[in-house]
Amino acid sequence: MKVFIERTKEEKDLRFSGTVSSLLKKLKINPVAVIVTRKDEVLTQDQHISDNDRVKILSVISGG
Amino acid sequence: MRCKKCTATAVSENPVLCKKHFLEHVEEVVHHTLVSRRLVRKAEKIGVALSGGKDSITLLYLLNKFHRNVEAIAIDEGIHGYREKTLEDAKKFCRKHRIRMSIHSFRDEFGFSLDQRLTKKDRPCSVCGILRRNVLNKYARAFDKLATGHNMDDEAQAILMNLLRFNWEALPRGGPKPGIIRDEAFVPRIKPLYFLTEKQVALYALLMGFGVGFAECPNARLSYRAFVRDLLNEYESQHPGTKEKLVQFYLVLQSKLKTKVSSAPLSHCLRCGMPSKGDYCAACQTARVVVN
Repeated sequence: MKVFIERTKEEKDLRFSGTVSSLLKKLKINPVAVIVTRKDEVLTQDQHISDNDRVKILSVISGG
Repeated sequence: MRCKKCTATAVSENPVLCKKHFLEHVEEVVHHTLVSRRLVRKAEKIGVALSGGKDSITLLYLLNKFHRNVEAIAIDEGIHGYREKTLEDAKKFCRKHRIRMSIHSFRDEFGFSLDQRLTKKDRPCSVCGILRRNVLNKYARAFDKLATGHNMDDEAQAILMNLLRFNWEALPRGGPKPGIIRDEAFVPRIKPLYFLTEKQVALYALLMGFGVGFAECPNARLSYRAFVRDLLNEYESQHPGTKEKLVQFYLVLQSKLKTKVSSAPLSHCLRCGMPSKGDYCAACQTARVVVN
């Protein structure tokens, strides 16, 4: 799975299959502070994602 | 997860709603805040503090939708690699929605950019905040009210920061319609996004396709506010509703506090005429244009 973390501009290649919630837990990212998308579709915490997916993790924290 | 109002797939967990119902929900919350808190009157001309970020763009869009009589005021502090992009987003948005916008820079107002003014000893957000408020106040005088994009997260952070710093004098000044201090040089401020979380505002901006980036100001990352924000987000993930409860608790307390804190008349800055506790206001002292 390809995961793009927008805040740090990192792209990670992971072997992962599970819920959005467990992906965030694995990456130690607080779900309160992000929105997760797949092909511009907004995903909720319970949605399943698999190895072939490409997801983006957008930080909702702006400030300034 | 299915929308609690229909059978469509949910895009939001708080509340659990599909795209259509989530967008409606956000608009209802803002409309209700405007009406129930009497934030705007029909004939009033509202200045909107616009940074080009998700909060101020959402605020401008919704105020333009519900009230119409709005204009944007943007401040260019001079934060290299950050503000150029957000101001470009702001200009694009205003052109598209035919909203008048003015831009005022620290360079024109004080003779320097924020980047030039900051030293290693400074807390960037404190310096920036003091100067930005001063410029906003100055140009907001052309309006009946000044609307800012503060959301529930901002307010919860401010409440906790004031508590942790024993800044009790600042406590009565929060809320969706702050303004315990009455002075003709101060334009009343309103915060129509007050009852929405930062995540709700971000999701609304994303789903509406406003095309704004969610970038964080590079100076904000190391601020005390960022520390409090992360602390509150940690609490929120373990105990959902923490921020809302904090803000609700504060609002109940506020009405009592307002009567307790005396609003002694302020003097005015000898240089710029803004309300001030001493001879010179914080902005003039911060700008170092006054020799103390």
